[in-house]
Amino acid sequence: MTKSDVTRRGVLKSGAFAGAGVALPTIFTASSAAAYTNEPTGGSVTLGFNVPQTGPYADEGNDELLAQQLAVEHLNGEGDSGCLNTFTSKALKGNGILGKKVEFVTGDTQTKSDAARASAKSMIEKDGAIMINGGSSSGVAIAVQGLCQEAGVIFMAGLTHSNDTTGKDKKANGFRHFFNGYMSGAALAPVLEKEYGKERRAYHLTADYTWGWTQQESIAAATEAVGWETVNNVLTPLASTDFSSYIAPVLNSGADVLVLNHYGGNMVNSLTNAIQFGLLDKVVNNKDFKIVVPLYSELMAAGAGENIKGVFGSMNWNWQLQDEGTKAFVKSFGEKYGKPPSNSAQTCYAQTLLYADACERAGTFNPCGVAEALEGFEFDGLGNGPTLYRADDHQCFKDVLVVKGAENPTNAYDTLEIVEKTPRAQVEYAPDHPMFAGGDLGSCNPGA
Amino acid sequence: MFGLDKKDTSLLIVVALLTLLAPFILNPFPSDSAMAQFNAGYPDLMQRFVIFGIFAVGFNILFGLTGYLSFGHAAFLGVGSYSAVWMFKLLSYNIIPAVVLAVIIAGLFSLLIGFISLRRSGIYFSILTLAFAQMSFALAYSVLSNPKFNLTNGETGLQVYADDPQWLHGANMPDVPHLFGLSMRSTYTLELGPWAFDFNTGYYICAIVMMVAFYLAIRIFRSPFGMMLRAVKSNQQRMNYTGLNTRPYTLAAFVISGMYAGLAGGLMAAMDPLAGAERMQWTASGEVVLMTILGGAGTLIGPVLGAGFIKYFENIFSKINDNVLHGWFAFLPDGLEDFVVTIIHPFVGKGWHLTLGLLFMMVVIFLPGGLVEGGQRLAAWVRSKRNKGQDDETTGKTEPAE
Repeated sequence: MTKSDVTRRGVLKSGAFAGAGVALPTIFTASSAAAYTNEPTGGSVTLGFNVPQTGPYADEGNDELLAQQLAVEHLNGEGDSGCLNTFTSKALKGNGILGKKVEFVTGDTQTKSDAARASAKSMIEKDGAIMINGGSSSGVAIAVQGLCQEAGVIFMAGLTHSNDTTGKDKKANGFRHFFNGYMSGAALAPVLEKEYGKERRAYHLTADYTWGWTQQESIAAATEAVGWETVNNVLTPLASTDFSSYIAPVLNSGADVLVLNHYGGNMVNSLTNAIQFGLLDKVVNNKDFKIVVPLYSELMAAGAGENIKGVFGSMNWNWQLQDEGTKAFVKSFGEKYGKPPSNSAQTCYAQTLLYADACERAGTFNPCGVAEALEGFEFDGLGNGPTLYRADDHQCFKDVLVVKGAENPTNAYDTLEIVEKTPRAQVEYAPDHPMFAGGDLGSCNPGA
Repeated sequence: MFGLDKKDTSLLIVVALLTLLAPFILNPFPSDSAMAQFNAGYPDLMQRFVIFGIFAVGFNILFGLTGYLSFGHAAFLGVGSYSAVWMFKLLSYNIIPAVVLAVIIAGLFSLLIGFISLRRSGIYFSILTLAFAQMSFALAYSVLSNPKFNLTNGETGLQVYADDPQWLHGANMPDVPHLFGLSMRSTYTLELGPWAFDFNTGYYICAIVMMVAFYLAIRIFRSPFGMMLRAVKSNQQRMNYTGLNTRPYTLAAFVISGMYAGLAGGLMAAMDPLAGAERMQWTASGEVVLMTILGGAGTLIGPVLGAGFIKYFENIFSKINDNVLHGWFAFLPDGLEDFVVTIIHPFVGKGWHLTLGLLFMMVVIFLPGGLVEGGQRLAAWVRSKRNKGQDDETTGKTEPAE
């Protein structure tokens, strides 16, 4: 072995070294004059847009980014002002937020909680972002929401559909405009009952992670309430690309409806497999076999192509709505980018405007003031009809769309048609509903 | 000093200076200038530099010395993170028990995986470790996160909730990871004119841990044990024929590097108390291989440089968007500006992988010994210029990578 020559002098020297090393950090204790994290002091304020730019949801992330850039333009008084004209709150003047010019930084979540937190942290710590917005997955949304709570900035969630985001993982600094699994179930069940009858036997295929479980639970509960029977629920690994082995047992189970609790590429693949097996041509229990996809997005619809014809699902918003807010948003988005926005783009656009408006009404960027302004806020004119930001769990309550795959699409964007606008009253629930219980909002954290 | 020879001591001192002065070194540009985009001296990234440095140094003990290429090291990092967060949930936010448990659990886990995987060598070993890591990832992502037995909290990532027991949590202790009350988040910002330098507690704790880890790595490299590991790399069969059983040595190296990974994972959780399953994915395992090769496998400082290099790209280049580009080239005439932005666009922002890939290719082709070889060649070139005409002994001589 090596010769170890421990001398008195050596020990003293190393001890002094180590001591100095340990003592070093203690001189750097927090001392900050700012009242809250990243208080904007100059003539501008920085927003952080954290969206998936690589990975499975990159297309949605890029669509979100386009909408966020549009929102910044509108806030700064450039372009045609979009929804600022239709928004019921008139606090925004098109001169930035509280007179400060709006700037933004972007980050890539990669649809991974770790990477999303890293990019959000870098925007907060390096670029001085005062608010984080965006994202296209519930896991990421919950992870970033937790980070924003700790760091003391506001999180305006993007596309996140899990009940947990405003359920057991809710945070005082986090706000969600998007709808959730429970609302999908509450909106879909009556339509499914009307279309397919009361006596149906449903077979669930569910993506094996948090979002899949909460959505499956919600849909099963809602359909059982109208008389359906849940035959089986099979969890599929997230990485699956071929679902044939999961589809075959469906035929022998005596089920006559297949519910696909899948999203993104998973859903495109599982639906394609189901169509290839000819499920839709089968007659079981003297009823035509049906498929339901509870959460739809334009991107998935485009990916699944022909296969989604007549398949029911739900959405937060669709560009084909005819209210003033939607028309204004679709017009400015379309003029700038040459295509209609997706529902993930719309939720990010609305969230950015809602944040800016809350700052104006609160008269400060302090997260606690902003949160107070958002809590219990009633508004309209952003495309979803009259909406309430509930104070108890920071969830938006608004109408939910039930859609189905268009039978005769007229163009590339006309893939889904709106079947029903489920009124807000029908999708509301108590803040302590069992599916949302267990969390604690805590108190708002202004950071520094 | 510390039982090291002169060369190693100076290497350790260089690493110590680099880490302790990192807030200055990484923030060379005034914070309001256009070049501030390239500043990397903010707490989160600095923490990542040293944590991934620890991870890569540990990986290098296995790969650089024995030549066993593990493709599953991220599993140990992930296990370390999960253990640390569980300590936060059960005991308190103090990072000491968390990091200690992370190292122990990662060590046990690597003992198990190493015992099985090391029955094979070469590509079979790599595939076995990859398989184990993917199994761990799948377990963490969905199997161990079902509502009945929730160990990992799946996709969302394991985090601390307000209703967790935290039996040892003191009343006046901060609600974020801390070291006896000293919060990992607390940052002192020194403003010197237009420059701003962040001194973050968490970073300095990681930096000290890294120096200790680096020192241990030097001792291992220079020990008879390290020599034995090198012998395994150069000719394992020959050693077997001479009657020497190499398995205990390789297993020890595997467990040591697994514990380094666990330490890195524990520190990661200590800086940001969330453990996501993605850090166990095979891409994360591949990343540490890239770091080590990019920096210089088998060298002491190489992995640290490689880790810094990759993390810099991931965090800095990925954030350069078109808006920033237009800001830089605003001085050009409109048409030309758009043209230049279009040319650069694929290489920054979401295209950072592309830039990194190109650089990686160039390093592997032109500098097989990694960044360290680049440094050595540069030093040799400078030396030969200085000595030109006197003696030509050093010209063209390249040091071997280890």
